[in-house]
Amino acid sequence: MSTENGMFGVTGSGDTSGFSGLVRSAASTGSSERPYGGYFDDVADDLERAYPAFSDSIERVVVDRGELTLYVKREKLVEVALVLRDEPSLRFEIGLGVNGVHYPEEVGRELHAVYPLLSMTHNRRIRLEVAAPESDPHIPSLVEVWASSNWHERETYDMFGIIFDGHPGLTRILMPDDWPGHPQRKDYPLGGIPIEYKGATVPAPSERRAYR
Amino acid sequence: MSTTDAYASSRETTEGRVYAVTGGDWDSLVTEIGATKEERVVVNMGPQHPSTHGVLRLILELEGETVTEARSGIGYLHTGIEKNAEYRTWTQGVTFVTRMDYLAPLFNEAAYCLGVEKLLGITDDVPEKASVIRVMMMEFNRISSHMVALGTGALELGALSPMIFAFRERELVLDIFEMISGLRMNMAYIRPGGVAQDLPANAVSKIRETVKELRHNFKDNAKMLIGNSIWMKRTQGIGYLDLAGCVTLGITGPVLRSTGMPWDLRKTQPYSGYENYDFDVVTTDTCDVYGRFLIRMLELEESLRIIEQACDKLDALEGAPVMVADKKIAWPSQLSVGADGMGNSLNHIREIMGESMESLIHHFKLVTEGFRVPAGQVYTAVESPRGETGVHLVSDGGTRPYRLHFREPSFNNLQSLSAMCEGSFIADVVAAVASIDPVMGGVDR
Repeated sequence: MSTENGMFGVTGSGDTSGFSGLVRSAASTGSSERPYGGYFDDVADDLERAYPAFSDSIERVVVDRGELTLYVKREKLVEVALVLRDEPSLRFEIGLGVNGVHYPEEVGRELHAVYPLLSMTHNRRIRLEVAAPESDPHIPSLVEVWASSNWHERETYDMFGIIFDGHPGLTRILMPDDWPGHPQRKDYPLGGIPIEYKGATVPAPSERRAYR
Repeated sequence: MSTTDAYASSRETTEGRVYAVTGGDWDSLVTEIGATKEERVVVNMGPQHPSTHGVLRLILELEGETVTEARSGIGYLHTGIEKNAEYRTWTQGVTFVTRMDYLAPLFNEAAYCLGVEKLLGITDDVPEKASVIRVMMMEFNRISSHMVALGTGALELGALSPMIFAFRERELVLDIFEMISGLRMNMAYIRPGGVAQDLPANAVSKIRETVKELRHNFKDNAKMLIGNSIWMKRTQGIGYLDLAGCVTLGITGPVLRSTGMPWDLRKTQPYSGYENYDFDVVTTDTCDVYGRFLIRMLELEESLRIIEQACDKLDALEGAPVMVADKKIAWPSQLSVGADGMGNSLNHIREIMGESMESLIHHFKLVTEGFRVPAGQVYTAVESPRGETGVHLVSDGGTRPYRLHFREPSFNNLQSLSAMCEGSFIADVVAAVASIDPVMGGVDR
């Protein structure tokens, strides 16, 4: 996911800790092995049965901290979502929206869209995750599957610049219409105004010396 | 236009004639619009308007008094809380998220802290007393939030007195918040691992008194509104949205329960020990503004029941810890509410400043650097007064959130405005918006 140098993740000033040679990287979790536990096996079985192209469309199945994440190829997203919604044994009738995450280190898969789903019928939750490269930030829209995705996709477009193909009106929703850039991307600075206090200047939050 | 007011002018555009109205000039406007042949009028209601529930802009296309299209414009209260939180520690994040939905701060804090605890893997280590206090505070918060929803909702439909009563009740709840956390709103009281400080002495008996008083006072508003013929006519059959509409639009909370669906995360996916409390999920089957109003009214009593049970539990938990035992996570300073506000305990100051260098280092490290959270992502949800408040947290293993996103029920539910309002009268738009109860701090974040 990301790589850190030194002991305390110091940025903005010289590292005096003596640990500057240390390199730590947070590895992303690999695929999970069966059995996944709980209802996750049922969900995977039912999806495999109802959707024959399962192995072709689902890149990874990850069970972490009691939550199931299906990594879906972006061109197959709408198909998978429709099966998850319509298959009676799955029936994820509530789409809880979409959230973007920007991973600049994952070259070719920088922009992720995360879809939490809820099944009121079976009282279950799962999550879909889709990745797109920054150079081609297109992901198919799920408004036709869950109408609730409408504003959530507009917000994700606004904040990350992910273009949801097929959205009925993909415009900015929180930022002004003429705003340049997409604020939630990692290369977009937080900004802020340095604060003067008793002759000294406290830099803006994103410019301060920090420990990560 | 006949007026010479620079702010109340009209001009020709490609979309037709645009009039600026500032109030007080309605007569001249009506005369001028009446002279044109145009039937279709687009009205911008808000973002500064007394009955749009905050800085919400409604774009209404009218044929006479009938709304043919309704759209909402949002973003006027966007403050970049999610981006800001990426530059603060996980503990400081509480102070940010509490300001999102400012009428339900404790629900934001609880959803966020449950997420951080899940990432840390300490969900089961949170002390029982902390969970009981969280439940009690959340239910008090549900009362204060519903009171604003009822009071301002009635006010927007022209009923002033229910607002006076509702805010009187809310004041009692805010006094409880002040007694326990030192603050009336945005208290950052729930922290990862527990709560910021223990209850003050005699808090439980004061809470019991307040519960008694609230239960007595709630009758006033019920008498004033339930069965009131003006109120019934303004709310019954208005803002109709059935179960199919709610499901496809992802609506949760009182709007969903007004369709007869008993979906309440406190029952269906309990957290913080809600499974140990005896309470009912209130539903109605009218799918309208009146049903939603009635649900909020009846949920007040259920919240009081939960608070009473929490008080009984708190009696048995006298002196129990309210923060996880792990000193690498628990906030080092022992905070308490004194006569002059909240501050560190003098014993703790004496220890770090005069007795133990190691304690000082520990305090300094944990407060400035913060604790590390193992990499991964979680989604946690709580039942807020407006529906499912969900938190998606991503950690890269550092001391700050890599990404924090709130699935705000206000934001999601406001999408149903078009479905509720198109085809109705413009006056009913106000009732429908009030029944969704959007809080713009939560919508825009």
